[in-house]
This record gives sequence, C-alpha cells and structure tokens, in this order.
Amino acid sequence: MPRKKINITEKIETLSILDAKGVVDKKLEPSMSDQLLLDLYRAMVLGRRFDERLLALQRQGRIGTFPPIAGQEASQMGAVAALREDDWMVPAFRETAAEVWRGRSLESVILGNNGCAEAATIDPPGTTMPVSVPVGSQMLHAVGIGWAARYRKEDKVAMTFFGDGATSEGDFHEAMNFAAVFQAPVIFLCQNNHWAISIPRSKQTRSRTIAQKAVAYGMPGIQVDGNDILAVYSAATEAVERARAGRGPTLVECVTYRMQVHTTADDPRRYRSDEELEGWKAKDPIQRFETYLQRKKLLTKKKIAGIEEAVLAQIQAAVDNAEDLMKTMGDPLDMFDHAYAEMPASLAAQREELAAELAAAGKEGADG
Amino acid sequence: MAKMTMAQALNLALQQELAQDDRVVLLGEDVGVDGGVFRVTDGLIDRFGEERVVDTPLAESGIAGMSIGMAVYGLRPVCEMQFSGFSYQAFHQIENHAARLRWRSQGRLSVPMVLRAPYGGGVRALEHHSESREAYYAHTPGLKMVIPSGPRNARALLVSAIRDPDPVIFFEAKAIYRAYREDVPEEEETLPIGQSRKIREGQDLTMVTYGAMVRPTLAAAEELSRKDGIEADVIDLLTVAPLDDSLFTASARQTGRVMVVHEAPRSFGPGAEIMARLVEKSFYYLEVPIARVTGYDVVTPLFSREQHYIPHADRVREAARQMLGEG
Repeated sequence: MPRKKINITEKIETLSILDAKGVVDKKLEPSMSDQLLLDLYRAMVLGRRFDERLLALQRQGRIGTFPPIAGQEASQMGAVAALREDDWMVPAFRETAAEVWRGRSLESVILGNNGCAEAATIDPPGTTMPVSVPVGSQMLHAVGIGWAARYRKEDKVAMTFFGDGATSEGDFHEAMNFAAVFQAPVIFLCQNNHWAISIPRSKQTRSRTIAQKAVAYGMPGIQVDGNDILAVYSAATEAVERARAGRGPTLVECVTYRMQVHTTADDPRRYRSDEELEGWKAKDPIQRFETYLQRKKLLTKKKIAGIEEAVLAQIQAAVDNAEDLMKTMGDPLDMFDHAYAEMPASLAAQREELAAELAAAGKEGADG
Repeated sequence: MAKMTMAQALNLALQQELAQDDRVVLLGEDVGVDGGVFRVTDGLIDRFGEERVVDTPLAESGIAGMSIGMAVYGLRPVCEMQFSGFSYQAFHQIENHAARLRWRSQGRLSVPMVLRAPYGGGVRALEHHSESREAYYAHTPGLKMVIPSGPRNARALLVSAIRDPDPVIFFEAKAIYRAYREDVPEEEETLPIGQSRKIREGQDLTMVTYGAMVRPTLAAAEELSRKDGIEADVIDLLTVAPLDDSLFTASARQTGRVMVVHEAPRSFGPGAEIMARLVEKSFYYLEVPIARVTGYDVVTPLFSREQHYIPHADRVREAARQMLGEG
C-alpha cells in the first residue's frame, strides 16, 4: 500500500453575525421575534446586574464564594434560547443567567452560593440539572439523558455546558465519543472563555480551534463569536434542530471571555493583563446587542433605563427574600435528608447523635 | 427449581427484569453480542435487542456517566464494569454524581442505577482482575454496596438492586460464578438490601463474612465442628453498606468471640468497621480480642501467589482455634 493522504473533507466554520460595534450581517440575521429579542436582552442585563450584586454581597460577607458570569451572557443566553422548555439543560457552574432563564429563581442562586442545600427546593427547575462542579464530568449525563429521550421516542434534546478547560478532561472525550457513536441528541456547548483559572486557552490544547475536535468524533462542529448572541442563537438552533431530527450531536464553540474572576477566591492580576481585559471590554456582548436593538427601534434610552430599574428592583426583592428565607433555614439535621430514599438505621442513629448534641447546646445556651 | 450457577442465576434476574420493566436497560463493554466476558448477559441481546442491551465503547467513566443521565431521565440502567479493577476509572462519576444527585437536588432527582462488577481473586487472572476493593464504595455516602455469596441470593439481590431507588454497587465474586450450582426458583424472588443473614448456628464463636469468603468460612466452620468440637455462628452480610449490624451484634453478645473474614486488604477494610461497631456496642460482651482473617495490605498478588493471599478454610480454622485457646 502506498502512503497516501486520507481525504478528510470536514471543514470548520466560524460564525459572526453581529459585530462588536453592533452592526448586523443582514444575510445571516436569524429570524427571532421582537419579544424574544427583548426578553433575551433583559435576561442578559439581569445576568450582568445580578452578577454585580452577588459580587458585592460576597465582598460584604453575606454570601460565600461564587463564579461570576460577566462577559459570557451572549454565549449562554443565545444557547438556551434555542431550547424548548422540556429539553434538558446540563450545566457546569458558570451558566447562572441561563439557569435563571430556564426557571431557577434568583433566591435559589443566592442560597446556593451561601451554602444552603435548600437552594435546590426553591422553584426547582424541571428539566435543568443542578450545577456540576467537577470540571467536565456533567457532559456524560447529557449523553445519558439524550439517549434515554430517544429510547423513549421523545423528541427532547440535551444541551450541556462546559469551558475550554473541560476539553482537556477525559470525560470530554468519552462524552463526545459516546454521543457520536449512539447519535444521541446532545448539544455540546463550549464556552471558551480563554481562561481556566490561571491557565490560558493556549495551554489547554494545541488545536487551532476547539470546534475542530468534533471532526475526530464524526460530528459537526462550529465556532461562533460567543459575544454575539445572534450567532450563538443561530448555531445553537441549527444544532438543536439537528439533534431533534435524529441526526446526532453537535459541538458548538462559543469564543468569549471571562471578564471577571474565576471565583471570588481568585485574583486574575496574577496571571493576565489589564490590556487583555480592556480589549475584551470593547467586545462586550450586551453593549453590541443593545446597539442592535436600538437600531431595530426595539429599544430606546428610556426603555433601557426602565429595564435597568426593573432588573435592579427584581434583584433587590430576591436578595431581601433570600435573606428572610435564610433566617428560617439551616436546621443542621437536614444534612441527613436525601442521602437515600429511605434512611438506613445506622444513619438514623448518627442523626440522633447530632440531635442530642444540638439539644444539649440549646439547653446550655438557655441556661447560660 | 432449576440448578444454576451464579452466572446463570444473575442472567435469570436480568432477563426477568428486562422482560417486566421497560425502564431496565443493560450497558457495558461486551455485554451484548459477546454476552459479557463471564457470560452473565449471555443471550439477552437476542431476546431484547440492542436497544435494551447496549454494547458501549470502551470507557468506564463513559458507561457510568451515561448511566447516571439515563437514570435521571427515569430509566433503570444496569451497567457492567468488566472487572471491578477497572471501575476506578469511573469512580469520580459514582462518587461525585451517582451518590450525590438525590442530595444535591434535595430529592428532586435520583439515580436508580446498578453498577455490576466482577470482583475478587481465585480465577488465575492478570493484574487488575482480582481486586476486592468494596471499601471504596462502602465508604461513600449515598451508595449501597451489595455482595451476594451464591446463585440463589445473587439472583434475588440483583432483582432488588435493580428495583432500588438509589445507586447500588453490585460486586459479583468471580470465584463463584461457576463454582457450583444451587436451586434457583423460576418465580420471582427478592431479598432486602441492607439485611444480613445467619447461615450457620453455633454458640462458641461468631464468624462474619460475605461474598466469595462465605464458602471457605463455612468449610472452616464444618471442620471446626467435626475435628475440634467448636460450633461457629456464621453471618453472611450480603450487603456491606449500609451495614446491618443487628445479627452480628446479637451473635457476638452470645458467643463473646468474633472473627471477621474478608478478601479485601485488612487496614480500613470492612472488617475494621465491623470491629468498630462491636467495640462500640458490645465491648463488655467480648471475651477475647476480635480476629481478622483478611487479604494483606499489599497489591493483590499475581495468581502464582494468590492462594497465599486469599483467606482459605485452613487459615480461618486456625484463627478460630487460637481464639478458643486451642491453637
């Protein structure tokens, strides 16, 4: 056999529709209702302002560590907007705005970031998985969910989120491979925000794009400007339609930027420059979308101010509500709940042990 | 009643659960066309098709992680790790997610999956094919760790595991897959998970064991009776976690002498927990120190040495004789 070139024909596209200045490519502009556009704009503003408020709460010691989403609003909102309510979202941990879009309450986010397991009980979202902290491990769950939907002859799809760092994990490979082999209805949504804490994208992989990794698995991959919500929405919609039609998974790489800290325990000045951050500020996803909507006459300065005001009021109400809720929560004994469907005897005995300790401490407190 | 090996009895359990519940799906490496390397899933793909009996790519984390998603969606996946020695590559899925999703979602989601894996030595296999590391799973809150000891209880426990609302790690002793046959009823039979069983009555000492070690322990008990006039009470745990301490506690309080037998390495093994429970609850009933007859704290040796690693009847008997001052 001679040594010949294997003709791999797949090409990877990169898609941008709305540029950093808010100028739209008319030929590529997706068909979206005015209402959807405005809802998405509001959700992005809510995501940003909520982020800022959470940051302030954290700095005041009123909540614990949390991962901000600033800069990634278009990537996540454009993606989940392509889903039906009964589709599944399988998040990592930096998709707060998208989770809220899917029905998670702000109160739940605040509680979750303040160490309260009860967060999961406030307006629990139907087909959205809880956040998953171990990087990359959640992608396989989306494959199982997608596989099960198809097994049940239901046309639901599963969209899973992860970052550029997660593409180095073994589970990324296993999930991509399983999804392709089983042609599971899964959308792999990579928010390539350029930084995995201090490790830049260039040190995660030598691949020119993350999207091209799809080729090796035999699935379509596309790179989009992740700060361009129209591009993300278009690519995600295409991927969702493909999955729903039984034509298997897609990898969508959203090129975006983490404009904030990794978590509030992180100090990015140790590893990245102010210039880089400034450069990305000029590509802000909300700013360009706002310009676009103004040009479409969907937004005016007055309307924007109204949305800002309403969003801040919504956040304030949620903070107040969450802080009230927390006063009624925090029974330490609830750590024993939901370990199993039925509590084993040995666990019940340990629960009694803590109950006795609490009762004694309470008595001491009362006596003292 | 048909005489069945444990492999056949497990196959019967899978077959009947597949037939009566369309939520049940099998998946793993070589479980379909090949019927599993130990033939536990033999013939199931022919009867139920590749929709229900799924040959997966070779990736343990993938198998476990995908099973978690299937279970969250409402299916009852039964996944197979070809050998428990390879399950560590899926451990993070089991520890981080299968064991925790019920808690993390505060009861909204659950992971009713079974992870089956052959464990233990005695079949002259390669490295990584003879481990007994149930303690890893038993130590993980949110999991159940079940280890049957023979054809009939294996079948009944597997049915219960599949129907259990929580993730169950189900270890099958390779050494007894085909070692002997036992009557297994065709009609449905289940056994409660989390309950131990007394399998021999005696008043002189208590032996606590499970899985592949039940046979050598019973053999030792018979020898002790015949040759030494010592009668052992023998408890088969069947479930390692959550640990049922009721029977061995009662027995220890009668006999005052307890021995734990397991194949797993000694330190921090299941025996350590059993001893701890006895010391906590029955210290004043104990007449002599508790003995452990276990694997050693070494890498499971290759098969030319494994007969000196795996506890055998003579070792159990000798330890019992010493305990009764006859050694």
